[in-house]
Amino acid sequence: MTSEASNIEAVHSGAFEEDHSVTNQALGFWLYLMSDLVIFSAIFATYAVLVNNTAGGPSAKDLFHLPYVFAETMLLLFSSATCGMAILALQSGKRNLVLAWFAVTFLLGLGFIVMEIHEFRSLILEGHGPEHSGFLSAFFTLVGTHGAHVTCGLIWMAVMMGQVIIKGLTIPVQSRLTRLSMFWHFLDIVWVAVFTIVYLMGVL
Amino acid sequence: MLGKLSFSAVPYEDPIAMGAVVGSILLGFVILGLITYYRKWTYLWAEWLTSVDHKRIGIMYIVLALVMLLRGFSDAILMRAHQAMATGMSQGFLPPDHFNQIFSAHGSIMVIFVAMPFLSGLINIVVPQQIGARDVAFPFLNSFSFWLTAAGALLVMLSLGLGEFSKAGWSGYTPLTEMEYSPDTGVDYWLWSLQIAGLGSLLTSVNFIVTILKMRAPGMKLMRMPIFTWNSLCTSILILFSFPVLTAALTMLTLDRYLGMHFFSNTHGGNTMMYVNLFWMWGHPEVYIVVLPAFGIFSEVTATYSGKPLFGYASMVWSTIAITILSFCVWVHHFFTMGAGPNVNLFFGIATMIIAVPTGVKIFNWLFTMYRGLVRFDTPMFWAVGFISTFVIGGMTGVLLAAPPADFVLHNSLFLIAHFHNVLIPGALFGYLAGFTYWFPKAIGFTLNEKWGRRAFWSWLIGFYLAFIPLYILGFMGMPRRLAHYDNPAWQPYLLIAAVGTAVIAFGVLCQIIQLIVSIKQRHTNRDLTGDPWNGRTLEWTTASPPPVYNFAGIPVVHALDAFMDMKEKGIAYHKPNRFEDIHMPRNTACGFILGMLAFSFCFAMIWYIWWLAIFSALAMLFTVIARASDEDIHYILPAAEVERIENERFRQLAVATDRAAI
Repeated sequence: MTSEASNIEAVHSGAFEEDHSVTNQALGFWLYLMSDLVIFSAIFATYAVLVNNTAGGPSAKDLFHLPYVFAETMLLLFSSATCGMAILALQSGKRNLVLAWFAVTFLLGLGFIVMEIHEFRSLILEGHGPEHSGFLSAFFTLVGTHGAHVTCGLIWMAVMMGQVIIKGLTIPVQSRLTRLSMFWHFLDIVWVAVFTIVYLMGVL
Repeated sequence: MLGKLSFSAVPYEDPIAMGAVVGSILLGFVILGLITYYRKWTYLWAEWLTSVDHKRIGIMYIVLALVMLLRGFSDAILMRAHQAMATGMSQGFLPPDHFNQIFSAHGSIMVIFVAMPFLSGLINIVVPQQIGARDVAFPFLNSFSFWLTAAGALLVMLSLGLGEFSKAGWSGYTPLTEMEYSPDTGVDYWLWSLQIAGLGSLLTSVNFIVTILKMRAPGMKLMRMPIFTWNSLCTSILILFSFPVLTAALTMLTLDRYLGMHFFSNTHGGNTMMYVNLFWMWGHPEVYIVVLPAFGIFSEVTATYSGKPLFGYASMVWSTIAITILSFCVWVHHFFTMGAGPNVNLFFGIATMIIAVPTGVKIFNWLFTMYRGLVRFDTPMFWAVGFISTFVIGGMTGVLLAAPPADFVLHNSLFLIAHFHNVLIPGALFGYLAGFTYWFPKAIGFTLNEKWGRRAFWSWLIGFYLAFIPLYILGFMGMPRRLAHYDNPAWQPYLLIAAVGTAVIAFGVLCQIIQLIVSIKQRHTNRDLTGDPWNGRTLEWTTASPPPVYNFAGIPVVHALDAFMDMKEKGIAYHKPNRFEDIHMPRNTACGFILGMLAFSFCFAMIWYIWWLAIFSALAMLFTVIARASDEDIHYILPAAEVERIENERFRQLAVATDRAAI
C-alpha cells in the first residue's frame, strides 16, 4: 500500500508530541494575554470616560507625583530587562543564572508593588480613596488591576523558582518560564500605557 | 461567622418558591438515591467527574444545558401564565418582586446556562473528531472550564432557596443594580454566577482556537475544514474578544457594590451609561456566539440530508468571518434611545443592516444545497427546515428594529422580545436540537427515536408561532416588556394565545423527554454499528459510535473537503492500519472538579459576605493550581496491543453491520 493511496498514517510514538505541546501552550497563552489586553482596554476606556468626573474633589494634576511614578516605572522596566536576561540564561541551560536573574526580577517587581501600595495608601489616608469619585474609582481600578496582575506574576515567579530548584530545567519548566516571561513583558507594556495615559496625560 | 447568611434567607412566605425548592431537593435526593442504589458512585467519579476526555466533557455540558433548559422554561411558563391573567383587578399569582426575579433568571439562565453550555458541549464532542485530532489542546483546562460553568449554574439554582435572584433583568442595568437600589443578595448572585461562567467560556475559547489552528489532521488546510469547525473557530474568536469586556463591566459593578466605588452610580461622578455600553459591547457578540454554531450545524445537516456537498463553501466561510468582524460594530443598536444622537445611531443602524447580508448569503446557500439534492427528512432536517423558514422572519424584524426611528417606537416593547426569541429559538435552539439529534448516535452509540423526535419538532414549531407572533402584534399595540400587571384589556387575548403556545411547547419538551426514555429502552435495536448512521461527509463519522477514548487509531490524511465522503467515493474509507502504535493520553484528574467546587464556595462566600470562607476558597484554589502545575505524571500510555484489540472489535462490528445491510 503506497503512502499516497493510504489515508491512514500511523502516528509516531516517543515523547508525547512534546514540541507540539510547548508551541500549543505558548499560543494558548498568547491568546489568553490578548483577552487580558481586552480587559485592560475596557478599563482604560472607562478611565477615559470618568477622568474628569472628580465630584468636586481633586483631579489627576493635584494627586500624582511624576518623579515617584518615574521611579516605579524604572523598577518595572528594569525588571523586564532582567527577565529577558533570565530567559537568555534559560536558553543556555544555566540553572543558577536563571535563578539569580529571576530573583533580581522578583525584587524589582516587589519594589514596584511596594511603591504602588504606598501611593495608594497615602491617597486613601488623605481622604482620596476610590469611593470618593468616578475618577478615583477608575484610577484605583486601572492601576490596581495592573498591580494585581503584577502580584500574581510575583507569586508565579516564586513558585517557578521553587520548581527550578526542585525539578531543574525540564521541558515543562522551560515552557512555564517562557510563558511567565511573556506575562511579565506584557505587564510592562500595559504599564507604559498606564504611565502615559493616567500619569503623564493627567499631569501635563 | 456566616456573614449575612441566616435562616431568614429561605423564602418561607413564598409558596411558589418554596414549592420549587422542595421539588428540587426531592429530585436531587431521588437522583442521589438512584446512583447509590445502582452503586455507580465510583464509576461516576472515575469516568465522568474527573474526566478530561472532550467527548465526556461535551456530554456533561449538554446534560447541564438540558437541565437548565427545564428551569428556564419553567420560568417562561410562570411568566406567560401570570401575564395571561394579570390585568384590571387581577394582580396575577406572582407578586411583582417575584415576577421580576423570574424574568431576570429566565434570561440569564437561557443565555448563559443553556445556550453557552449547549454550544460548548456540541463543539467539544464534534470538533476534535471533525479535524482528525485525538483530543483538544488543553484537556485539563477543558475540565476546569466545564466545572466553572457548572458552579455558576449551581449558584443560580441555589438562589431559589437561599436569598433571592436579581430583579434587574438579565442585562443588569445600572443604577438599578447598585447597592442603593438593590441592596439584597440578588444582584450579587447574578454577578458572581455570570463572572465564573464567563471565565469558563473564555478558557474554552482559548482551548478551541489552539486546537483548530494547530491540531488538524495532515492535509486538512483551513479551506478543507468542515463548516461546523469553521463556525466553532469564529465563535471562539468572538468569545475571546468579547467576554473580557463582560468581565470588566461586572467587576466594576462588583467594586461599586462591595467597595462603594462610583463607576456606574448616580452620584459622585459615576456614569450609568458606561455600563450599558460595556455590557452590550459584550452582549452583541454574545448573540452571534450563540447563533454561529447553530448555523454550522445547519450547514452540516443540510449537506448530509441533501446528499450533496454544501453549496458555496467559500462564501459560507467568508460570510461567517464577516459576521464575526461586524458583530463588534453594532452594539449601540441595543440602546438607540439612550441619547447618543442621530449621527452615532446612524452609523450603528447601517452597520446592523449590513450584518444581515452575510446571514442572507447563508440562507441562500442552504436553499441551494437542498435544490436538486436527494433530500431525506429525518428529525435533524425537520429542525433545519423549520429554522430556515422561521428564522428569516426574526431576521427581518431585526432589520426593521435596526432603523433608529422605528426602534424609538419599538424599543423594549414586546416586539423586541418577539424578535430576539424569533432568532434565538428557531435560530440557536433549533440548531442545537438538530445537532443533538444528529450527533447523539456518535456520542452515545444508538439513534434517537424518530417518531417522538418529529412530534417534539412540530410541537416546538407550532408552539413557537403561537407563543411569539402575538407578541409582535402586542409590540405594535404598545405593550412594554417585563410587565407584572397591565391595564389595557385589548392586550389580554394575545397574551392568552401566547400562553397556549407555551403549553404547546411544553408538550414538545415532554415529547423530547419521552424520546429519550423510549430511545434508551430501544437502544439495542437502534445501535449505530457502523459509526455512520446518516451517510455523513466529515471525519467524525469514520470513528466507532461511541468512539474509543483516542478517537483515531491512526490519524487520517485529508485530500479534499468533506474528507470522509471523499474517501468513500475513492473506495478507501475503512482501512485498518497495518500496525498500531502506543497512544499517549492525558490522565483523568480531580483537579478540575475540585477547582470548580472551590470557585462555587468562593462565590457563595462573596455573596453572603463570609470573608473567611472566601479567603480560604481562594487560597485553596491557588494551592490546587500549583499542585496541578507541579504534577509531572499527567499522561498514560495505551499500549499498541490494546489499541489493536479495540480496533479489531470495531472492524468486526463494521463487517457485521455491512453484511446486515447487504442482505
